[in-house]
Order: sequence, then structure tokens, then C-alpha cells
Amino acid sequence: MSAINLTIDGREIEVAPGTTILQAARQLGIDIPTFCYDPELAPNGACRICVVEVEKARALVASCVAPVGPGMVVHTESDRVVSARKSVLSLLLANHPLDCITCEKTGECKLQDYCYRYDVASSEYVGAIKDLSYDDTNAFFVRDMNKCILCGICVGKCQDVVGAGAIDFVKRGFVTNVGPGFEDPIEDSSCVFCGMCIDNCPVGALIPKYVTGKGRPWQTESVPAVCPYCSLGCNINLHIKDNEVIGVSPVEESPVNRGHLCVQGKFGWDFVHSGDRITAPLVKSDGVFVEVSWEEALDYIVDSIKDVQSRFGPDALMGLGSPKASNEDNYLFQKLIRSLGTNNVDSYTCHCHASSVDGMVEAFGNAAATNSIAEVAETGAVLVIGANPEESHPILDYRVREAAQKGAELVVAVPDMVKLVDVSDHYLPLKQGTELALVNGLANVIIAEDLLDKAFVEKRTEGFDQFKKTVDKYTPEHVAEITGLTAEEIRAAARAYASAEKAAIVSDAAVNKQTGGADFVKALANLALLTGNVGRESTGVYLPYGENNLQGSADMGVHPNNVTCYQHLKDEKVREKFSRAWGVRISENYGLSAAEAFEAGKNSGIKAMYIMGENPVACGGDKAQIADYMKNLDFLVVQDIFMTETASLADVVLPAAAFAEKLGTYTNSERRVQLNQPALEPPGEVFPDWAVLVELAEWFGFEWDFAGPEEVFAELASLTPDYAGISYQRLSEGGLQWPCPADDHPGTKFLYQDSFSRGLGLFSAVEYDPEAEAESDGHSAACCTSGGHSCRCLSETITRRSVISAFKNSCCV
Amino acid sequence: MSSEAEVADINQDIDLSQVDSIVEPYLGKKEMLIPVMQKVQEHFGYLPRPAMEHVARRMRIPLSRLYGVTTFYAQFKMKPRGRYIIRVCKGTACHISGSPKIAERIEEILGIPGGETTDDLKFTLEEVACIGACALAPVIMINDNPHGRLTPDKMKEILDSYE
Ligand code: SF4
Ligand code: SF4
Ligand code: SF4
Ligand code: FES
Ligand code: FES
Repeated sequence: MSAINLTIDGREIEVAPGTTILQAARQLGIDIPTFCYDPELAPNGACRICVVEVEKARALVASCVAPVGPGMVVHTESDRVVSARKSVLSLLLANHPLDCITCEKTGECKLQDYCYRYDVASSEYVGAIKDLSYDDTNAFFVRDMNKCILCGICVGKCQDVVGAGAIDFVKRGFVTNVGPGFEDPIEDSSCVFCGMCIDNCPVGALIPKYVTGKGRPWQTESVPAVCPYCSLGCNINLHIKDNEVIGVSPVEESPVNRGHLCVQGKFGWDFVHSGDRITAPLVKSDGVFVEVSWEEALDYIVDSIKDVQSRFGPDALMGLGSPKASNEDNYLFQKLIRSLGTNNVDSYTCHCHASSVDGMVEAFGNAAATNSIAEVAETGAVLVIGANPEESHPILDYRVREAAQKGAELVVAVPDMVKLVDVSDHYLPLKQGTELALVNGLANVIIAEDLLDKAFVEKRTEGFDQFKKTVDKYTPEHVAEITGLTAEEIRAAARAYASAEKAAIVSDAAVNKQTGGADFVKALANLALLTGNVGRESTGVYLPYGENNLQGSADMGVHPNNVTCYQHLKDEKVREKFSRAWGVRISENYGLSAAEAFEAGKNSGIKAMYIMGENPVACGGDKAQIADYMKNLDFLVVQDIFMTETASLADVVLPAAAFAEKLGTYTNSERRVQLNQPALEPPGEVFPDWAVLVELAEWFGFEWDFAGPEEVFAELASLTPDYAGISYQRLSEGGLQWPCPADDHPGTKFLYQDSFSRGLGLFSAVEYDPEAEAESDGHSAACCTSGGHSCRCLSETITRRSVISAFKNSCCV
Repeated sequence: MSSEAEVADINQDIDLSQVDSIVEPYLGKKEMLIPVMQKVQEHFGYLPRPAMEHVARRMRIPLSRLYGVTTFYAQFKMKPRGRYIIRVCKGTACHISGSPKIAERIEEILGIPGGETTDDLKFTLEEVACIGACALAPVIMINDNPHGRLTPDKMKEILDSYE
């Protein structure tokens, strides 16, 4: 197909066939007004504000739907066009409440802007002002249908992008509006409060409550940040006025979220301004906390830790870093603990993540995500199993939907009817806890029907024979009995996954024991290896984490056995490199893991603990036991933004800055390192974690010389080959996915193109264990699907102080 | 008893197994939504909310979409019809002698547009073509009773006479 040449407003342009006039004009930087057009929705051509004049055509055409033609001559602002647009505006104004003075949308309202642009001050038609519903029943936003211009964008976002299906056009004629079925309040509908209707409404019909009366758009500053909740790391802009966040909008150009958000990103930031924030260092005396100066607090910490270490040795100290703190904070944290002579440094967040890490490392040699989030949308088949991304990682859910819309075969194997089932081709409502059996069954069919990628298995993998012997037992009939599905359903699902040119598996890092833990993850890896669906674009295994910087904190060496990016401490060269760079001797002793330290009935030998942004007492398995453990320590210091269950047991509590108050980087679940700019001054006596750690190091007598996070990052990048090519300067242009070994390296979109981290991919012979299924702990496959669980526990500490705790339909908030 | 409560009571008696047998042949065929809803309406005489919710669930269609579609087409009734069906004749003779004014007055008294049912489920207002009583134009029928030679100011009394 050859390109098409046309002329728009006297300028020539060449575009691909099928391009609309609107798109062509935008390429030329010509601004044609639009109301109902949205690049990711099917055009509906409803509003007619985008009309243009095409020479030789009788009528004006809607440029958002009209394709370009060869030799076309287009005028976008001719007299005819302008007069048509004025009529459109005039008709809209005829029954629009002209509330501009108080309307929150003033300054960002397309109707207002276009009326200004075409000088339409009032309507030439006389129309009744509508008297439709004004719904403010929920905690998040107001829906004023009298201002709605029926562009349909909110409907498209809600039905097609989000899949919540909460709103649609209802009724006909003058009373047409958009709303939930039976015109119920939005709160009683299937709305998930993602806010995407709000973000895209061209007028003031949908207004978030938080912004009311707080400031005009031109009075606010927009600061780029990374969502502090889940590990997808959506890019947001914080709207700041007078050192207060008054709103959030998604970053349109973000490769991660492409203008999309979920309830947490859109509404969950208000904890930053919670009255519960700790604003000064606290020291416990006679059982009550009293505010002290920083000097006093630091003195006390240094003396106490030195005292414990002199009496019980360096390994009597343990540090817990935080999957919510930045990379710089975590890097300095493990550096400080290791500089104090021990490798007892770990993160406590969710044991369920540990099994998924183990499974991935065994199969591929590395736990990091194989592929990028955006790639899911372009794949040919998706298997969703052991996960409910709709609640745990909404943006990933949106991408799965997009893939289905583009024609990918979608297999959803979950016990409960989730919304994703609506758009699936194969729904496998398997019995809870039988996921592993199903995966083995799928592998069985793929081998039996010769759907495997033989060349890939031959060249890139090992362990096939043993694996085959195991899955041979898992015939569809046998698996049908275990899972409660039919053999035919299992066969069809296997064919769907294996026959696609590219196929992806979407699960959750929070796999639990019941699903088979690490074995389940290995089974998923088997499936990818068997069909060659790893190491290529839009394939892979997705196991996103719960907390926003779990990947980063692990990358930063908050781990007893390795320093940054999995450089193992048994390697003398690694110890040597870090010892030299840090000017201290790094201990040869392996550290204790958090699980080992807290193991009931064992004496771990830990006498002092430094906990930065974690809450094991609330997030642990046996809460009472962990609380006792904390109480029995000689010394406990906790650094946090709130007085958590753990902090309340501490001897010293240091206040911490929230994400919006500090400069730093975070690494999301697709290995993308992203820069978060400070938007606010921290309250009271609060300093960012990195600054506290630098200060503390100085009090301990170490010579650290960091003027700011940028220099911290430069040091860690210089010691970490996977991060070596990343710098703040590059990050200010956008995130980079590691491995990024050099300044001119573009980052790595997907892993294992040529080889796995362990060389060959390893098949594992893993068996379904009926005991595990029976041992139901009340958590479904992804622990998130059944409510409050430790993998989201840190998020829960902050959502409790946020309006999103009002959102009753979701378990994650 | 409030009208909403009444509707709710009526709704409680909805036999969903009937809805199942209507929906069953169309599972997985979302494009067949309109015929399905027509059948549901045929069965119940209107579209009871529980039946709609059931169809939405079984056909995996958002309730909002289903409601949107059914409120778009005039043929779908969201309420059961009233105890008294008022049919205003729109035939030529009646039209000329002022039936539009009669209809307008009834709409005003009952507070509903044509085609709708009052919240207390007492009256449903409809139109008909000539009912063959042109000599009495303008004419309305209330259930089986014709009322002729009407003027707008007679309407209140006539409607009040129905308990
Ligand atoms: S907030 Fe999200 S789910 Fe709710 S109506 Fe808007 S788009 Fe739909
Ligand atoms: S509420 Fe806003 S986005 Fe939705 S149809 Fe109305 S004007 Fe468009
Ligand atoms: S999907 Fe995750 S990162 Fe994105 S807005 Fe929601 S919680 Fe934040
Ligand atoms: S933007 Fe083209 S018709 Fe609405
Ligand atoms: S026109 Fe009304 S009865 Fe004939």
C-alpha cells in the first residue's frame, strides 16, 4: 500500500492509508477541536465539533472518522467550518448550566475553551436546562449529568479499557445521560473508582471531590511522581498548591500506564497529609514516647547499637529494609548495616513473594520479570491463572483486556468469576488449589498433541525428559477429575496457549502454599519453555509484586546473601569490590534472613533491630509471636511515616518522608527504574530516609559523602553492572529497564533473548500435592484475591489513612 | 405501601428459572441481546429488575449496558403495566377534535409521559389508532370503558373515579 499525499491548510503531508484527517492534521501540529474523539476508543463521530471542509466534497466531514484520500485538499478553519462549529457549540450551550465561575473544570474545560476560541458567548437557541441526576453519594467524585455533553468517552473507558462496565448511555432523547444501570448511585454499581472517566471527561460533569475549591489548574504546579502502591509503578503527576497535593492525573505518555490509573493511584495519595504522620523523632521513656531532637535520637541509636554489638558481636544487629522506600534509601540502608559488620539485612514483606522468586530463579536464573507490561497487549494468547489482576494490578488487567480486544485468545483459569471472564474465550473455573495440576495438564496436552516448540526445547532448555515423565501422568481426564473441569476444556485451553505465535502467562508473585508456591511458579515456567514463549517480545511469565519498590529493594541488596543486583557474597571478588568502594570490611558470614530471624522457638541471636518502613508485627504470620520477639529485643529503632504496630514497640521512632516529599528512584515489576521528584516540603522535623541514613552513618563515624540522592545513585550504579548505564540525567527523560550496562544502552525490554541467566532454561518435574489443596488457609491462589494479606500489608498501612479505605468492593485497599 | 416497595414485592416473585430457559440458547451470543430481552418481556409483560440482573450475569454483559439498551428502545417497559390502561385515541377524528390536548392534560395529572406507568402502578398511558367511536371524538378507553366528547377539564374527575 502506498502512502497518501494530501494538503491541509495549504501544507502538504504524506501519511499511511487509513489515517484519519484528524490524525494527519495533528501530525502537522494543526489543532482541530474534538469532544468525542479519544485515540484509544473506537471513534463514534457523535459531536461534530471536528468537522473540516474537504474541497469537492458536498458536506463538511467529521475529521475524526473520515480517512484521508489521495490529493485531498482540506481546510480546517474555513468560514463554513467555523460557522458549523459555532452551531455545535451553540446547541450544546442551549441546555448547559453556565456555571463557569464556580465550576471546577474552568481552565481545562473543552467546551469553555472552544466557546472562547470561536467567540460563542451564549446560545442562539432557547433550550431547557436539564434537571438530571447529581450523584455525590460516593467518597471520590461527583457526577453532574446536567453538564454532560454526551461525548461517550467515559463510557468507552469504563466499558472497554477498564472493563468495569459501570456506566453506559441510558434513556433516549432529552433525558439521555450516562450512568449505571437503573440509574443507581455510582457507589452501588460495578464502579471501581479508577477515575479514568474523570480524567477524560472534556467538561465538568465528573469532578473528583478532593479538588473542590482547592485551586485552579493554572495555580497548581504539576510534579511527576511514581505511584506509591503496587509494583507496576504507574507514572502520575501530583498537582501541588501551597505545599499540598490537591489532585493527581495519570501521565499520558507513560510507557507503563499510558494515561491509565486505578483507584489507588488516582485517589490513594491523601495519606501524605494525614494528621497521623510522625513529625519528630520519638524516644520511649517509661513506656511513653516523647519528642526529642534529632541529635538526641541519633546519639541514643548509635550508643545503643554500639553497646549491643560490643556485648554480643556485630551479628547481634539486624536491619529490615523497605519495599516502599526508594532505591537510594534501600541502598544506603544495607550499606549502613553491612558497614556495621553484619550481613543481617533483609526485607520482611510477604513470604509468598519468596516462593515465586525461588521458582523463577530455578527455571531462568533470575527472578525479575521476563517481559514488559505493555507487551501483554500485543500478544496472541494470554493465560491468566492464580491471579486476579483486576484487583491486584489493574493496569495489567487493562492490558490483558486490550490483548483480548485485539484478538488474542484469553484463557482465564480462576476459581471465582472475575470480570476478566466477560472477555475471555476460555473460562476454566477450577477448584481452588488445583492450579498446578491444571498447568501440568496443559503441558501434557501440548506434548501429546505435538504443539511444543521442539527447536526451542532442544537448544535452549534442559531437564525435558524428566519433566515429560512427570506430566505424562497428567492426562486431561485425570486433571479433569482433580480440577473439576472437563477434559475437553483443558485440551482447548492448551491448544489456545500453545498455538498462538506469541503467548504470555499472567499470574501474581504472591502465590501461596495452597497453589503450590515455588512449584507452581516452576510449572508456569515449564509451560513457557515448552512452547518457546519466553525470550521473545510479548511472551513470558508475569509475576508482579505487591509493593511498589519490592523489585528495587531486592535489587539494592536488601538481602542477607547478596549485594546489589544479586551479586553474591560468596564471591570473593564481589566482597572485595564493595569493601574497597565502601572503605569497610564486608563480613564473610552469610546474614540471617528475616524468616530465619523470626522463626518461632529459635534463638536467632539478634539483640538489636533497625527497621526502615516495614511492619512485621502487623504483616507477619504469627503476629503475637513477632510482637513478643520485638519486645524481647534489647534495642529496636523504627523509621516510618506512621506509628505502626511495630513502631509502637520501638525504643526510638524516627519520622520518615513520604514518597511525595523526596527525590529518589523506584524500580517497578518490569525492571524499569523511574525517577520520583519531590513535590512537597516534608512536615515538621521530617527528613528523607537517605538523609537520615547519611547523618546516622556520620554519627557512627563513617565517611560518607553524599550531597543528595543523585550521588547515591551514581555510587550504586558504579557498583552494579545492570544499573551501570543508568543516571539521573537519563532518567529525567524517562525510565530505563535494567539490564542497562552502558550509557548508550537503551535498557532491556524483555529478558533471555539469547540465553537465560543460568544458561539453559530448566524444566522442573513438579507434582500437584492434594495435601496442599486440603490445607486451605483461606487464601486463594493469589493471596490478594481474598483480602487483607501481608503482601499488601504495607500498602494497607497507608490506605487506612486514605479516602480509598471507603472503597468497599476491593480487597486490596 | 410506597410504590417502590410495591415494585420490589412484585419483583420478588420473579421466577429466575424461567429467565434461565430463555437465556440458555443465547449464552455466548451477546449480539442476541435484543431478542432475549424481547422474550423476557413477553414472558413477564415488562422487564423486572431481577430478571435483567440475571440476564446480565448469565450473558456476561454489564448491567449498565443492558439497562442502556433497554431504555433506548421504546418497546421495552421497565415497569409492569398499571391496573388501568388508558388508551388515548390518536385517530384523525379524535386528533382534529383535540385528543392531543386530552393526552397532555392526562400527562399533567398523572405526571408521566405517554407510554409510561405511574409509580403507584395504577395507570399506564398509551395511544391507540382509531377505535371506531369517532362520533364521540375525542375518545379515550380506560381498560374496557370508553369515555367520549372529552374536554381537558373533565379529565381530573374521570381519572379520580378510578380507585
Ligand atoms: S471511576 Fe472508573 S469504573 Fe468508575 S465509572 Fe469511572 S471509569 Fe468506570
Ligand atoms: S460525563 Fe463527560 S465524558 Fe462522560 S459522556 Fe458526559 S461529557 Fe462525555
Ligand atoms: S496499578 Fe499499581 S502502580 Fe498503577 S495506579 Fe494502581 S496501584 Fe498504582
Ligand atoms: S470529535 Fe469528531 S465527531 Fe466528535
Ligand atoms: S379517531 Fe378516535 S375513535 Fe376514531
